[in-house]
Amino acid sequence: MSRPMHNAEQWLRSALSIFKKDWHSEMRTRYAISALLMFVVTTISIMVFALGSESAPADVLSGMLWVVIFFAAMSGLARTFVAEEERGTSMTLQLLATPSAIYFGKLLFNLVLVTGVNALTVLLYTIFLAGFVVKTYSIFIWTIALGSIGLAASSTIIAAIIAKANTKGTLYPVLSFPILLPLLLTCINATRLATEGAFLSESFGEFQFLISYVVVVITASAILFEYIWKD
Amino acid sequence: MFKAVLFVWMTTIIVLALGLPMVAQPQAWYQFPIIPALGEKARIMFFHVPTAWLSSLAFVISMIYGIQYLRKKRMDDDNKSASAAGLGFLFCFLATATGAIWAKFSWGTYWNWDPRQTSIFVLLLIYGAYFALRSAVEVEEKRATLSAVYSIIAAVTMPFFMFIMPRILASLHPEPILNVQGKVEMNRTMLVVFLSSLAGFTGLFYWMWKLQVRTRTLELNRKY
Repeated sequence: MSRPMHNAEQWLRSALSIFKKDWHSEMRTRYAISALLMFVVTTISIMVFALGSESAPADVLSGMLWVVIFFAAMSGLARTFVAEEERGTSMTLQLLATPSAIYFGKLLFNLVLVTGVNALTVLLYTIFLAGFVVKTYSIFIWTIALGSIGLAASSTIIAAIIAKANTKGTLYPVLSFPILLPLLLTCINATRLATEGAFLSESFGEFQFLISYVVVVITASAILFEYIWKD
Repeated sequence: MFKAVLFVWMTTIIVLALGLPMVAQPQAWYQFPIIPALGEKARIMFFHVPTAWLSSLAFVISMIYGIQYLRKKRMDDDNKSASAAGLGFLFCFLATATGAIWAKFSWGTYWNWDPRQTSIFVLLLIYGAYFALRSAVEVEEKRATLSAVYSIIAAVTMPFFMFIMPRILASLHPEPILNVQGKVEMNRTMLVVFLSSLAGFTGLFYWMWKLQVRTRTLELNRKY
């Protein structure tokens, strides 16, 4: 137990089992997945009906894509921590695993959830909104991937804060928006570059920014999570 | 004593900042030079820049006492943090309002999402979210912990705006103190009044902050 190698292994195992636990309980109820999917479908169809026979320019549509992604994340990602508080299982979890293992397990779960939902959003978006044409796929795929990681990183720590506050749902977008705004602006910019057919090298600045954002947010969250988690 | 000195100091600054004449070629010590493209409107900087400076200073103070709270778990630190944030919100609002009024006369519109306006808008949003979070938590220790964590998370993401804002839009905001060429467009009198105003406002902030902290401590103790 005392050897550091053993501890790292144990940490990884408990983080993965937190992820597996969340995955199984999600598969049983399918609460978050169905909420997220229905949200995406609803929002995109409202956009399609609102546009009617008009076609919006590509840069407007690349901004709207991130509006859909942001609010979809806001409607489903708080679930991981709120469910622990509602079921009253957070105390048990505190006894079973270290805070950092719990944080990374939950982060991994949110990451999988948000990546899946974003992939579907992008698919539906390109099918139903004809004006949205991606010309440089490499930029677009990197932007969606890095944007999803950043979104999962910030919304996980905010979800942990929200779960401990009294109002569960309404505050979530309010608290997340100022934190996520730099990420969203950069992702919108990079998506616009992808629709304009820019070269991959032109968007390196955006990617550097996204990577450093992810690193900073995850590091700060890993340090601070312990304070939120322990009552 | 401090109050009296502060009162005299601020009164003098207001009189000097609004009263001293502005001429094209300053001859006497009491004349301000006209800054190109700003003219008489430049006088707002004696009040606008200090409020903007205080809104970011208060944010940093609030974060520092938030960290202190997380380390030592003393309610005193949370009081200081929350009081600094409250005053920061007030000064942030003042900076936004004075900036918008100035923009109406210089740019022709109250709000045009200039990078500076966008970043102060985000700062306002962060302050708003901070107080929304505080009002949502009943238990004092929990409220202190959660708001401290939130202010730290907000503080680490805030610097990213400095990198992305210039990539999106060029700013029209004047920088008369130290512009790109490193040239100071103010003469000595103007600089002295400006720096005294900055010092005076910081003193005012300090006094208001101490008052807030004392009031909050009394309110907290009365409950038990």
